[in-house]
Amino acid sequence: MTDKKISQPKYLFGLDSFGDIAVDTKGQPLTYAASIRQVVKEAVLADTLGVDIIALGEHHRSEYAISSPETVLAGIATKTKNIKLASGVTVLSSDDPVRVFERFATLDALSNGRAQVILGRGSFTESFPLFGYDLQDYELLFEEKIDLFSKLLSEQPVTWEGKTRAALDKADVFPKTESGRLETMVGVGGSPQSIVRAAAYGFPVVLAIIGGSPDRFKPYVELYQRAAREFGHEEHPLGMHSPGYIADTDAQAIKEAFPRFKKAMDAVGLSRGWQPMTRDHFMNEVKNGSMYVGSPETVAQKIARAMKVVGVNRFDLVYGFGPVTAEARLHMVELYATKVIPRVRELLAEAS
Amino acid sequence: MLSPIRRIGILGAGKLGITLAQLALKAGYEVIIAGSTHPGKIALSIEVLTPGAVAASADEVASQADIIILALPLGKFKELPKQALGGKLVIDAMNHWWEIDGDREIIVGPHRSSSESVQEYLATSRLVKAFNHMGYHDLHDEHKPSMAEGRKAIAVAADNPEDVKAVSDVIDTLGFDPLYIGGLSEGRRLEPGTKAFGANVPADQLVRLITP
Repeated sequence: MTDKKISQPKYLFGLDSFGDIAVDTKGQPLTYAASIRQVVKEAVLADTLGVDIIALGEHHRSEYAISSPETVLAGIATKTKNIKLASGVTVLSSDDPVRVFERFATLDALSNGRAQVILGRGSFTESFPLFGYDLQDYELLFEEKIDLFSKLLSEQPVTWEGKTRAALDKADVFPKTESGRLETMVGVGGSPQSIVRAAAYGFPVVLAIIGGSPDRFKPYVELYQRAAREFGHEEHPLGMHSPGYIADTDAQAIKEAFPRFKKAMDAVGLSRGWQPMTRDHFMNEVKNGSMYVGSPETVAQKIARAMKVVGVNRFDLVYGFGPVTAEARLHMVELYATKVIPRVRELLAEAS
Repeated sequence: MLSPIRRIGILGAGKLGITLAQLALKAGYEVIIAGSTHPGKIALSIEVLTPGAVAASADEVASQADIIILALPLGKFKELPKQALGGKLVIDAMNHWWEIDGDREIIVGPHRSSSESVQEYLATSRLVKAFNHMGYHDLHDEHKPSMAEGRKAIAVAADNPEDVKAVSDVIDTLGFDPLYIGGLSEGRRLEPGTKAFGANVPADQLVRLITP
């Protein structure tokens, strides 16, 4: 009965979305506005069912409705009680660290301390021309802005100078948070230097594992821990984020997921020079990669395995990838919360 | 006879560079690797992710390795140490990635393969295109011993038969079947937007993706 801190690692489970344009039962796309309201509905359900985190990612592309995650999270904040409200990710390179702090500190106020910023470079670069940034400064922008952001987190007046933004002289930024520290993490796609940089600032890391086997990320966890030690920071546990699709049976999940994943992946691939996704490729990712597609039991087994192998304490499922119906999206939230998460916890407890 | 390849140099310590370093170490090569800045900056990553590899400067990699793999963003190829790479056998694993590199015509020029532009810049190096079409996570997951069933293929494009032979041996040792597709200009058929780009298939299927 006693709550000893040494006993069990605390596992966290999240649901992540970029606000993919959902479809109605006839396959017709919902409006951007309706797709955003749909995410709010899902987050409220997830909160009711005890999911730990909802994380919304910033995109500036036609396939996704969410370009301003913290605004959607603010809408969710006043309708929910416990769920953590995260971005996934906030593209810091093309944003202003002061404004990012102000917006998330505001979200933290509205949600009674449930805001979590996940900073990243993002895997897309549409935001650069949109906000007037030069891709030539890709590295420098993130380098400088994460530096400024880490100073702002002290919630003390900040003096800062760099090349990518006006200097600050004892600038005091508001609102202050009640906890005194806005929860901040860094999202990393597998660049070793990004891991080391996050560790240097003492930020915990969420690994975005999209293609290929999750197992290859295990050494990255070690890299993070080693780097954190060398920089004298706490060795925070890491998280991972991967796409999936849950339905009542494996066959149904695969049947529904393939055309939707294909549509989403092909849209991205078109601009990157990839070939359209084949069924073989999809099935290979489902079988050996980091795609969590199937019945609740199949998905739970796969998540538990990946968390153990990689060595993370947090798993975020990117759900509703591609043109999925509102009903199927909600059903997925329900299955994840009521069947997958409890089963993963059980499997992890058995293993430890 | 060419001297045997014992030490592989890698320029670029990102996802692809690290993956190739891991494969090379596993295959028994010595590995020397450079990132975009001074070696100290990547020392920890190298120690943890590719134990046994040596972090060095780009100049050191170029001058000390028997063969050098280019695994940096294509947009940076004019920052390569061309003096030190002179006369060296160099594998170009780079791709044009518009999100980072910008407009292809500006960095590569029209009507030619990106590898031809790199060769033009590294005028005295012996350039071979390989390892560009398969994703780094597939390279990581798919390497297999010689003659293994379903072994995947890596396409090779180069002008000099001796260089093709040397690089083909490296590909084989790293765990893939080499597939010669023609001269460096044929590298165009492996670039982003082609059927072969992203291909993670055995040689018989890769041939079909490359044939126009």
